[in-house]
Amino acid sequence: MTVTTIEPVSPDRVRGRGGGGPAPTRIVVAYGFWIFLLSDIIMFSGLFAAYAVLSAETAGGPTGPELFNLKNVFIETACLLVSSYTCGLGILSAERRQRERFLVFATLTFVLGAAFLFIEIREFAGMVGRGASPSRSAFLSAFFTLVGMHGAHVTSGLLWLVYMVAQVIVKGLRPHVRRRLLCFSLFWHALDIIWVGVFTLVYLIGAR
Amino acid sequence: MLGRLSWAAIPFDEPIPLIAAGVVGLVILAVLGWIVMKGWWPYLWREWLTSVDHKRIGVMYVTLALVMLVRGYSDAIMMRSQQAVAIGGARGYLPPSHYDQIFSAHGTIMIFLVAMPFVVGLMNFVVPLQLGVRDVAFPVLNSVSFWLTAAAALLINASLVIGNFARTGWMAYPPLSELTFSPDVGVDYYLWSLQISGIGTLLAGINMVTTILKMRAPGMFYFRMPVFCWTALATNMLIVAAFPILTATFAMLLLDRYLGMHFFTNAGGGNMMMYVNLFWAWGHPEVYILILPAFGVFSEVIATFSGKALFGYRSMVLATLAICVLSFMVWLHHFFTMGAGADVNSFFGIMSMVIAVPTGVKVFNWLFTLFHGRVVFKTPVLWSIGFMVTFVLGGMTGVLLAVPPVDFVLHNSVFLVAHFHNVIIGGVLFGAMAAYNYWFPKAFGFTLDERLGKASFWCWFFGFYFAFMPLYVLGLEGMTRRLEHIADPSWRPLLLVAEFGAILIFFGILFQALQLYVSIRTRESRRDLTGDPWNGRTLEWATSSPPPPYNFAVMPEVRSIDAFWEMKATGRIAPEPRYEAIEVPRNSPTGFIIAFFAVLVGFSLIWRIWWIVILALVAIAIVVLAFGWSENREQEIPGAEIARLERARLGLGPGE
Repeated sequence: MTVTTIEPVSPDRVRGRGGGGPAPTRIVVAYGFWIFLLSDIIMFSGLFAAYAVLSAETAGGPTGPELFNLKNVFIETACLLVSSYTCGLGILSAERRQRERFLVFATLTFVLGAAFLFIEIREFAGMVGRGASPSRSAFLSAFFTLVGMHGAHVTSGLLWLVYMVAQVIVKGLRPHVRRRLLCFSLFWHALDIIWVGVFTLVYLIGAR
Repeated sequence: MLGRLSWAAIPFDEPIPLIAAGVVGLVILAVLGWIVMKGWWPYLWREWLTSVDHKRIGVMYVTLALVMLVRGYSDAIMMRSQQAVAIGGARGYLPPSHYDQIFSAHGTIMIFLVAMPFVVGLMNFVVPLQLGVRDVAFPVLNSVSFWLTAAAALLINASLVIGNFARTGWMAYPPLSELTFSPDVGVDYYLWSLQISGIGTLLAGINMVTTILKMRAPGMFYFRMPVFCWTALATNMLIVAAFPILTATFAMLLLDRYLGMHFFTNAGGGNMMMYVNLFWAWGHPEVYILILPAFGVFSEVIATFSGKALFGYRSMVLATLAICVLSFMVWLHHFFTMGAGADVNSFFGIMSMVIAVPTGVKVFNWLFTLFHGRVVFKTPVLWSIGFMVTFVLGGMTGVLLAVPPVDFVLHNSVFLVAHFHNVIIGGVLFGAMAAYNYWFPKAFGFTLDERLGKASFWCWFFGFYFAFMPLYVLGLEGMTRRLEHIADPSWRPLLLVAEFGAILIFFGILFQALQLYVSIRTRESRRDLTGDPWNGRTLEWATSSPPPPYNFAVMPEVRSIDAFWEMKATGRIAPEPRYEAIEVPRNSPTGFIIAFFAVLVGFSLIWRIWWIVILALVAIAIVVLAFGWSENREQEIPGAEIARLERARLGLGPGE
């Protein structure tokens, strides 16, 4: 019986990329989260495709130009994009261990995100009030589902942000907290990317 | 209070599901009782249910797949028997409403709860070992994935006695699957179960892609990865890219059913062909999600048992990646009859033929690997060669079906049924069985019985041919799929042959069960003490069988393809290394608890018991938040302990 053991590796090779051994946790976590975001974007692509197919199927009901108010949507968009900027600043402060600055930017991010959500919910409520509910036509089903799914993501992002602020207050900016903050910011920025698609495909094209 | 759930949901008037469920219920109770009586519960909880070890999770996945294989087979033999007797004046023994549930459940279970868990389980078990690392990227997430799949299995099987399953076929095409035409809970069972298992699969895919791309032993460059890891990478990239489409599609159908929306309805501007397109935009990649790991298995098995390096390693990798990309460009061949026009149909027809080319490359690579090899005909090799013969045949009928005019004739006939069983049994299942026989000793430390394994192979092999070759002929004669009653008595002889084939497959399953039983009983005489029973080439054989929780006491250094072979050949046998402490992930009940509440969420959504839905969702949120707060997810195994384990394994003394 031959028994084989394996030679040890010098520790300086066990890091980095390619053939250098497993990556450090921070890289692995952020990378895995990236892959998750990609899958989320693909899920949205299914909803985008459905909207593209069904956007003309109003079944005699209200149409896009009758329903969309571009001014509202512009304010909404501005809120979300600026919230992404403040989120970015917050993460930079967290990386520099500036706890107070982080909390300020986190609060700003939350307020802007909540404002976005408020405008969206008001828009939805107004539409339903005018008889343009999701069950009215295929166009409205696709509209409410696509935009509503984004809104649901923003909602969970806001809850996550509150949870992360709690972790920062209780635990401080420890490595694993910063790792989770990094994932949060990736998520928040990804919602922007999706919103740019929604803004263009649904509102800009649909309002004409 | 209980939504739509009432005593009327139990099918007291249908003896077959009631008796079947009763028997299954008794078996489950007996097993649970046995566990409690033996006092195994703490062991089971500690070592398995809460385990986040990728090897344990892999074994649990495969176990789930094997159990569900029996369920899926029961459906199959019931259908075959119905078709063998319900000819001409005879009505058979299954009423149409029951028969329709059976073919729907058969397809759903075989794809989502047999093939998927089998390949995901294999990748879980093998990939980290082949990469020379200690676990997957996210061990707790891995456990969540598995338990969500198990939750889906529980829900689908619950539909046997509580309510009913879908009567729509496993694709649940609208408008039949819309509330108007399927008002009962069957389609809801289908949708919610698959949403739950789909989330599990997606998380598993993310986990595995991250593992393969970011966690490999030092020196393991991409072009030194074993081919199985390459196929696993391709498969998991497909999972990440395809499963979200299914989630979105099912979400839309659910919105139609629950909130009266109009994605796929007849009225309100809905478009049911959009469902079919979206479904297959997931569905065709899914086919390759299943077959690519099987290709990986054959590559490993054939190289190992030929005692040669795999022929054309790079072309194998490129073929795998080509299939990975092309698999997204052929979905329309599932419904040429939609009427998209000649241009669209020709494009997808040609793409479907093109995808056969990289597959052909692979077949030749395997043949050239066997060529001039000293082939050892162990059970996994039989499965592999059986695969090559069978799969090539299935591939050829596939290319035939890729010709749109031919497809117009054969669409939805049993020719199609024969074709996809030809590739899924001949490809995925044969691959799974080869892998099961090949890696079993690695997982449990003893080999499986060869004689019974081979008997099982021959029964499956001939069973497959007897069961499905007649269907090719019947399909050409115009027999459509999913017939509960056959009007033309001239089809009887071939249907009887098919029934005979299904019975042969039963013996295949029986021999498999026997093989496991006999091997466990005689395990002392079949121990694998070296960790390398087949003279293997890749790193999983470099550690003990079964591997310790940390897989490798010292992280291996990779210098070539077939890293372990190179180590054996160059005699890189180190003097005893200095063992250092290793961090391994701590057990976590997170996955089990989330899945428990996921069953509650799914079940109460199906029956529209809203208060349980809300409570269970809150419970899941609490578990997730608690996990998101936790820190010490790893525990350290001290170097001395590792030294002790390793010395024991190597048969050395207790050391200094």
